[in-house]
Amino acid sequence: MKLLSRKATCNSHGQDSSYFLGWQEYEKNPYDEVKNPKGIIQMGLAENQLSFDLLESWLAKNPDAAGFKKDGQSIFRELALFQDYHGLPAFKQALVDFMSEIRGNKVTFDPSNLVLTAGATSANETLVFCLAEPGEAFLLPTPYYPGFDRDLKWRTGVEIVPIHCTSSNGFQITETTLEEAYQLAQKRNLKVKGVLVTNPSNPLGTTMSRTELNLLVNFISAKNIHLISDEIYSGTVFSSPGFISIMEILKERSFEDTEVWNRVHIVYSLSKDLGLPGFRVGAIYSNDDMVVAAATKMSSFGLVSSQTQYLLSAMLSDKKFTKNYISENQKRLKQRHKKLVSGLEKAGISCLKSNAGLFCWVDMRHLLSSNTFEAEIELWKKIVYDVKLNISPGSSCHCTEPGWFRVCFANMSEETLKLSMQRLKAFVDSTTKTSQTNHQSIENSRRKSLPKWVFRLSFDDRETVHGER
Amino acid sequence: MLSKKASSLCHGEDSSYFHGWQKYDSDRYDKLTNPKGIIQMGLAENQLSFDLLESWLASNPDALVMKRPNGESAFTDLALFQDYHGSADFKNKLVNFMARIRENKVNFKPDNLVLTAGSTSANEILMFCLADPGEAFLLPTPYYAGFDRDLKWRTGAEIVPIHCSSSDGFKITMCALEEAYQRAKKLNLKVKGVLVTNPSNPLGTTLTRDELNHLITFSVAKNVHIVSDEIYSGTVFDSPSFVSITEAVMDRNLERTDLWSRIHIVYSLSKDLGLPGFRVGMIYSNNKTVVSAATKMSSFGLVSSQTQFLLANMLSDMKFTDKYMKENKERLKKRKETLVSGIKLAGINYLESNAGLFCWVDMSHLLVSNTFDAEKELWEQIIEEAKLNISPGSSFHCTEPGWFRICFANMCAETIQVALKRLKDFSQSINSKKKAGSCSRQRRFLLGKWVSMLLPYDPEPDR
Repeated sequence: MKLLSRKATCNSHGQDSSYFLGWQEYEKNPYDEVKNPKGIIQMGLAENQLSFDLLESWLAKNPDAAGFKKDGQSIFRELALFQDYHGLPAFKQALVDFMSEIRGNKVTFDPSNLVLTAGATSANETLVFCLAEPGEAFLLPTPYYPGFDRDLKWRTGVEIVPIHCTSSNGFQITETTLEEAYQLAQKRNLKVKGVLVTNPSNPLGTTMSRTELNLLVNFISAKNIHLISDEIYSGTVFSSPGFISIMEILKERSFEDTEVWNRVHIVYSLSKDLGLPGFRVGAIYSNDDMVVAAATKMSSFGLVSSQTQYLLSAMLSDKKFTKNYISENQKRLKQRHKKLVSGLEKAGISCLKSNAGLFCWVDMRHLLSSNTFEAEIELWKKIVYDVKLNISPGSSCHCTEPGWFRVCFANMSEETLKLSMQRLKAFVDSTTKTSQTNHQSIENSRRKSLPKWVFRLSFDDRETVHGER
Repeated sequence: MLSKKASSLCHGEDSSYFHGWQKYDSDRYDKLTNPKGIIQMGLAENQLSFDLLESWLASNPDALVMKRPNGESAFTDLALFQDYHGSADFKNKLVNFMARIRENKVNFKPDNLVLTAGSTSANEILMFCLADPGEAFLLPTPYYAGFDRDLKWRTGAEIVPIHCSSSDGFKITMCALEEAYQRAKKLNLKVKGVLVTNPSNPLGTTLTRDELNHLITFSVAKNVHIVSDEIYSGTVFDSPSFVSITEAVMDRNLERTDLWSRIHIVYSLSKDLGLPGFRVGMIYSNNKTVVSAATKMSSFGLVSSQTQFLLANMLSDMKFTDKYMKENKERLKKRKETLVSGIKLAGINYLESNAGLFCWVDMSHLLVSNTFDAEKELWEQIIEEAKLNISPGSSFHCTEPGWFRICFANMCAETIQVALKRLKDFSQSINSKKKAGSCSRQRRFLLGKWVSMLLPYDPEPDR
């Protein structure tokens, strides 16, 4: 008899993808300025490490927030016992205020429509549980965050059908691509329940344009489906055009209290803007009472620690602090982004023009031996093992065009970023030389098999590749 | 528009367990501001030993402000730490703590431990790992009402009850196990395992060696899993002492058989340490595939790194934890004895118990008839007249009407005296009314919809 469930024994947790494998390689040989200067530099982790000093300075000035004290009195008991899935009211209020502030106060949020969850990972899964049956589908524009294959599909049994975006228009969503995806789903006999977008986009690092947002609203209205807008990077928009939230568009078009209003749901988290992924703070915002009610009950399976809720409610209620943090953090991200872009330029590599996020979407198509995903993975392996940079190949993000990579810039020091760009330039220079001389023979010997091994853990043919350069 | 899960009622939260809670919410007892309000006796919380925790915190401020012993700030590391393998330090301390609860008769490997946001999450994850939708787990009744949601709602798994009866103290028998298995078969449900809570909620008793052996024998014969929810293992305040499922399996020399990889333990710090708000739960399994899958699934409910850090620190202070566990048990024992003597004075019987935060109490003699309708009526009266929120046995799927779970550790000593007095008065008044014979008309309360949603039958019109 089969002892374990299908979910436990299958591979649909999505963790065989290169996204996670590169991570593992890095773990085996991590760069350290002093202890391991030849190690792999982690550029595959979308973390924001640029503004911890601001957070630490706030903590130092406000010890009570971490010390379970309110107005000098201990509230340890209350917090120790607080497991109400409606969440700490003061925290939810502070969180909706913060979300509003990020949107330039153009929209306001009602805390009773907010559901707290242990991270956006939990929020996304919970929303899909609420909106779709096993076998139904959500449309997602490619490229998209590899974690969605696990978060949205694994335990829910829901399918993802890609909306194929291309570099011809900067990977923007179009009416055609939306409709095509919808038809593709129909052909596969999948009932489409909604569209899920990440805005600002991971991995593109761009905010959605007004045109795209309006297209989405028209589309979900016409098809009578949901829209989930994962706005986890909304606080990382560091240059123009500014961030336009889906809520703003709905307001502009006077959609409040219509059916469409009830079918738009936002996901948020403090993991990127505040750089606190370890604290597991995520949220679902929905205007649909039933969704809020069901999601609230489901949040039982992933509540936010009351200790953490209290600390962050104190921090986010300090409006002077949040105002300064948001602006300073964005400044630093902008600066760091600039450094990455110019470093790439020096290596003759361009990237998609972006104004948000913690990464760039980098165009290395010209470095491919052929316009194939096999060639992309070959290039990626070289970059991980030989250049010693862990970056994320576009195929792990389901990009339809080979040669694009996501390179993170906010999870390391400036010196480390500089070093990574030096390594990259050296690699590109040497590759250009080599390819000029060995072009033909390399073309032939680079025929590797099969996409299948992208999904395997071991990299047995590494030796062969290395030996051929 | 929404999924069945979102629109259905199978989140289990229409049960009386939750409704009594809601009634209490609208009329809470407060010594000063609402002395006639409802006293909450339906919440299995441990509020008896916070002073010990607070005193530890006062002496260890660094753990709160995320400072390491060497004075360096751990903030940045913690802020970034989202590894679903959990803090190695915290897991080491936890397995050590768990072993000491079991008097070091068993030991646990931190690599086999998966941290989850509370045992609510742990139980659901285990179901996702062990059962496909439509498959079933057997659970002895009465069982914790939350399981209907935790084990079934999103997993699609089924629960088939193992009917335990008061005739033998609600113990699990081979007969009851087999009978439940057959019933599952008739319902065309594939049984994947048995889930027990040990010590039991709501009984407050530890499983006997016989019961553990029955479970083991059964699991070997049917080739099924055993999930042992040992969330109350640290609250065993009286003999017989706690025997973990692991110990029982080892005593039968079955560690090297395939049964070993079908034993899974759930634990949490919500009851022993009284920290439900911090969301610290865990799964322990010897099955590598289960550990691996559960670890990935824990992504959906990780423990805050801030909390992991604080509690790793606390648990590493073994002098403190040993003192805490000992003192905590003494207080629980004392409080339970207070409840029991009050219950006796009210002329009510109870199940002898040695653990947990509640007593399992027999009020069947106060029922107008031996039916669940009568139990529901009695319960409504207890809320409306005695102003006590206690939990009716039917919400725990008990097969015999008239049993109630009464919590004793979630209030101060004074409040429990008030509660016991009310219980005594109420009991006397019911008894005299019964003797006078004028029962039914007085008991027709106008019930909001929530009551009629409680149980699957209609209240009888004229009784």
